[in-house]
Amino acid sequence: MKYVLLFGETKDRAKQWEAMPEAQKQAAYGPINEWFGKYSSKITGGHELQPERTATTVKFNNGKAVVTDGPFIEGKEAIGGYAEVTVADLDEAIEMAKGWPTGGPVEVRPVVDRGEPQR
Amino acid sequence: MTAALVRALGDFDLAEELVQEALLEAVEHWPKNGIPEKPGAWLLTTARRKAVDQFRRQARYRDKLMQLERAVMTVDAAEGDDRLRLIFTCCHPALSREAQVALTLRAVAGLTTAEIARAYITSEATIAQRIVRAKRKIVDAKIPYRVPAEHDMGERLEEVLAVLYLMFNEGYLSTTGDRASRRDLAEDAAWLAGLMVRLMPEEPEALGLLALMRLHLARADSRFDMDGDLVLLQDQDRRRWDQERIASAMVVLRRAATLRRSGPYQLQAAIAACHAEAKTWQETDWRQIVALYDALLDLMPSPVVQLNRAIARRYLDGAPEALADVDRLAEALDGYYLFHAARAEMLRDLGRDADARLALRRARDLTDNPAERALLERRMG
Repeated sequence: MKYVLLFGETKDRAKQWEAMPEAQKQAAYGPINEWFGKYSSKITGGHELQPERTATTVKFNNGKAVVTDGPFIEGKEAIGGYAEVTVADLDEAIEMAKGWPTGGPVEVRPVVDRGEPQR
Repeated sequence: MTAALVRALGDFDLAEELVQEALLEAVEHWPKNGIPEKPGAWLLTTARRKAVDQFRRQARYRDKLMQLERAVMTVDAAEGDDRLRLIFTCCHPALSREAQVALTLRAVAGLTTAEIARAYITSEATIAQRIVRAKRKIVDAKIPYRVPAEHDMGERLEEVLAVLYLMFNEGYLSTTGDRASRRDLAEDAAWLAGLMVRLMPEEPEALGLLALMRLHLARADSRFDMDGDLVLLQDQDRRRWDQERIASAMVVLRRAATLRRSGPYQLQAAIAACHAEAKTWQETDWRQIVALYDALLDLMPSPVVQLNRAIARRYLDGAPEALADVDRLAEALDGYYLFHAARAEMLRDLGRDADARLALRRARDLTDNPAERALLERRMG
């Protein structure tokens, strides 16, 4: 069963992260890299995303595409990255999410399976 | 009496059969408990109760199965495991609490969506939708059908016990229509708690919950008088308490204590045990009860626990102290009928009868339970 783990951050924390000196950032990556290492056999894809200020949203108003600055998710939280994982069931995906080290929330979403061949 | 039942039931054969059953029960119970003051009324109450049971059994095949199942006291390991798997899946933390409760009541306890809807003061469609959505999430998100792993067990068991306790209270303190207490549901919850204990004998809080349920059930018969009116703990005929059940609860509670991990259910059971073991209302060990409430407040500092502690203090330290405690909870509990009912008792102790009546009226207006309303009206005088 395939799930996507969406890694959330509050906007405030995302800004702090961006302002962090490079050396400190590298240190903070330690536990994150450890997490990816621990679960490398289960992780089948994913990326850290560039900050929200780089986001562009295409909306549709009566079928007409309108390009706007910023993310489409509103509110205090932002998505900082995602990982695609292949595990037995929801409990295993939750177990991985519980070990996520940044302190930010993790949304666990099963992907739609239409029986496509595994890549 | 048969005629009165025929009018109520419109079925002669059934009415007669029910009277026969009631008589049989009378023969069995009267030598033990003594002949009631109004045997005719007692018989009619018993027969009517049996009729309600019978209708329910006919209307719901699932109930029939459960009755059969309950009669078979031995549960083999495979069937028990299967039931446990089902419970843990229904109470999976990926489901909302509302969905957990609805699903467990439907799939494990066998309630209809209509009954669940009444219990939670919402529409049947809402409950049906809640259950459909929950089942869909179990399938789509692949919530596993199994007993959780060791490292997850503490959290997961806590969820299950919370759901069973809700189920028990729904049965024991039923808020629905004409039946003041749905004993069957409370019995089912206790049965499930017993199953949890059998399958997980080293879990002290499961033992605590089972003891708590048994101690309440032991008093269930004396909670209502022959007219179906509620009787308060202090006025109950303690000879009617089920001593066998109290003894079995005490065994369970002592076993929990040997595991040396205290918890809210064990403490609540210990409080119920103080009442169960007091031969008269006057002999109640209020000092011990207040101490247990203090321990409970350390674990769960809720205003309702504080209210119960204040009620116990009334008998230990007197009404003025208790009323002062209660009045501090006014903001938090203004919408809770027992807050006003308890306050009324203390006001009356202090001779403030007009204030007491106002509090009773407020309490009555805040509850839909007909038995509770009737009790409060009687006290208004």
